[in-house]
Amino acid sequence: MSGLPSIHEFREVLLLDSYNTRLVVLATTLLGIGAGLVGAFLLLRKRSLMGDVLSHATLPGIGIAFALGTTMAGGGKSLGILLTGATISGLAGVAVMLAIIRTTRLRDDVAMGFVLSVFFGAGTAILRMVQSLPNAAGLESFIYGKTASMVAGDFTVIAVVSTLCAIAVIFLLKELTLLCFDQAFAASEGWPVLLLDGILLALVTAVTVVGLQAVGLILVIAFLIIPAAAARFWTERLPVMLILSGVIGGISGWLGSSVSALLADLPAGALIVLTAASIFIVSMLFGTARGVVPKFIDHRRLQRRMGRQHLLRAAYEILESKSRPPVNGPILRESLMEHRSWTPHQLSRLLAQARGEDHLEPTPDRSIVHLSESGFGEAARITRNHRLWELYLIRHADIAPSHVDRDADMVEHILGSEMVRALEAELATRVQVPLSPHRI
Amino acid sequence: MNWTSIDTWIVVTGVLCAMACALPGCFLVLRKMSMMGDAISHAVLPGLAIAFLVGGSRASLPMFLGAAVTGVLTAVFTQWIGRFANVDRGAAMGVVFTTLFAVGLVLIVQAADHVDLDPGCVLYGAIEFTPLDTVRIGTFEIPRAAAVNGTVLLLNAGIIVLLYKELKLSAFDPALAETLGFSSAFLHYLLMTMVAVTTVAAFESVGSIIVIAMLIVPAATAQLLTRRLLPMLLLGVLLAATSAVLGHLSALLLPPLVGFESTTTSGMMAFAAGVLFIIAWIFAPRDGLLMRRFGRLQARELEI
Repeated sequence: MSGLPSIHEFREVLLLDSYNTRLVVLATTLLGIGAGLVGAFLLLRKRSLMGDVLSHATLPGIGIAFALGTTMAGGGKSLGILLTGATISGLAGVAVMLAIIRTTRLRDDVAMGFVLSVFFGAGTAILRMVQSLPNAAGLESFIYGKTASMVAGDFTVIAVVSTLCAIAVIFLLKELTLLCFDQAFAASEGWPVLLLDGILLALVTAVTVVGLQAVGLILVIAFLIIPAAAARFWTERLPVMLILSGVIGGISGWLGSSVSALLADLPAGALIVLTAASIFIVSMLFGTARGVVPKFIDHRRLQRRMGRQHLLRAAYEILESKSRPPVNGPILRESLMEHRSWTPHQLSRLLAQARGEDHLEPTPDRSIVHLSESGFGEAARITRNHRLWELYLIRHADIAPSHVDRDADMVEHILGSEMVRALEAELATRVQVPLSPHRI
Repeated sequence: MNWTSIDTWIVVTGVLCAMACALPGCFLVLRKMSMMGDAISHAVLPGLAIAFLVGGSRASLPMFLGAAVTGVLTAVFTQWIGRFANVDRGAAMGVVFTTLFAVGLVLIVQAADHVDLDPGCVLYGAIEFTPLDTVRIGTFEIPRAAAVNGTVLLLNAGIIVLLYKELKLSAFDPALAETLGFSSAFLHYLLMTMVAVTTVAAFESVGSIIVIAMLIVPAATAQLLTRRLLPMLLLGVLLAATSAVLGHLSALLLPPLVGFESTTTSGMMAFAAGVLFIIAWIFAPRDGLLMRRFGRLQARELEI
């Protein structure tokens, strides 16, 4: 390690003063945006590993292009020839994959694995064969580039491909969305599904081949997967996800390559992947739409609400069995436990929660539970909603009385006040709390 | 062609390795995890780097353990991200292995200050050189790679024979397996450990290309030929062995035909497996392209 960078160095990197830094930072940022955009579609199509497949499938094309270039044109190691070979080979891999998916019952992952391993195997065999040609040394590392040694040409190609991706995504948004979410419907509506799939995979091929040459294999694979997967945690809407995915890709590229420029002995590609991975981890934990923590909190909240409703309804039903209409009075803890087969631990937790919400009167005896004024009112309301819902299911949804309790238990927790009013009107019930339509 | 005892040993090693990979490969294909071999091949890097930094040498046992542990961790992390965060399995796998590889790269940069540790040559052996490194078992002297892959093959076969029913059920109906009291999670991690150990052992002895290919391609070919698990496993093993033999033969015979000197055996073994797949794709008795076309014609005739 060369120690912490000085403030001057910070400024230099942030303002993109040096030519090389500017080139690398801008190129990785652009590539991140482009890859983030197409990666989002790959994720939704469950083909995230396509970049992995393609980057291995380019190998035979590189070998053959080099051999042909050397024997016919004299200069096999020209970047244009090699990139053309890589692209053709990648597209051939995509074609084989699509053919396997469409004509056999093998699944996507098998088709992808087949193309990856067989093309890669054939590629190494071909590369070894062409080693005997002049000037073949370092062919593999020539194509599997290093981020730091980027040149102006790389930047131009990356800019063109990323722009192409953005344009294609903007103009084909509707078509590609349909392809991702309901391919069968798209086909039945007469959309050229195969062509759209081909366009999408051609864009992925372009990003992969260009990225492979400029920034290396692992970074391209990561760029196509991680930003999209991270964006997915924040939204359920595709346009938002596309923008987020592009932004996350761009930020990872920018931040990772900037840090790498500051700490000279850490490889840029690895740092960019680690930046993206950090964003992924934060998104996975805290993403508002699908993050682990928000989902856990939601789940806990729902459980608390359901527990509260179950407890109050159980209390009401016990009081109801004593006198009709029920009168508020002491209830044996034991009978509550039997009523819904709670464990003692579960019941204690529910009672503590109800006490906190002022639904219980304090009682000197622990074996007796006494609802408070507001608790009794709430219990009557909840029970009424539950029974209205049951009636609705039986009369309007043709559900057998014996099945209705389970469904009602699940749905009543989200019954809104409007729905309750509609049900009351529809069922023309005047009873404050209708009787249970089934035996309790 | 000039066949020597070296060629015999290359083929024997290749056959053992291919068969060892094909067995867990069938289950990977059935469980939609075909890309696991490739993921592990990238993800073991930090394990190697840590083993090297801790142990301070390139001794093969710590390296092997480091790699195997990281391989299993790849599967565990993939499973967690897939399950708890509800991410598509392919994407989860991609996130995990690219991140682990990046961590490995950063670690290796640190280690490289002390001694040369090239990610390309630590783990990835070459099958052509296996006959040079031998071990003595009883009175026989056999290549170490053959011994290692033979052991792995026996282990894999043993586990599959012992837990055949459980593995079969959890591959096809994990929910039913769970209700019947087999822990799907246990079987999953057992299988993943099997894959990780097989992969790492084979990488180290014969190179990664054979492994990635033999995990997927023979199993996929077998799946085209049969719809039953036992025939699939047996066919997979047979196809893997055939690919290895054909691969070495074509590595010897093919280059002179197109005017080159030599090529890699491992690449050709993967390629041979691919050729067998394509033959099955076209000619498979029930699902082959020809039968499908023929069957469709028959159906049309019947309609007329």
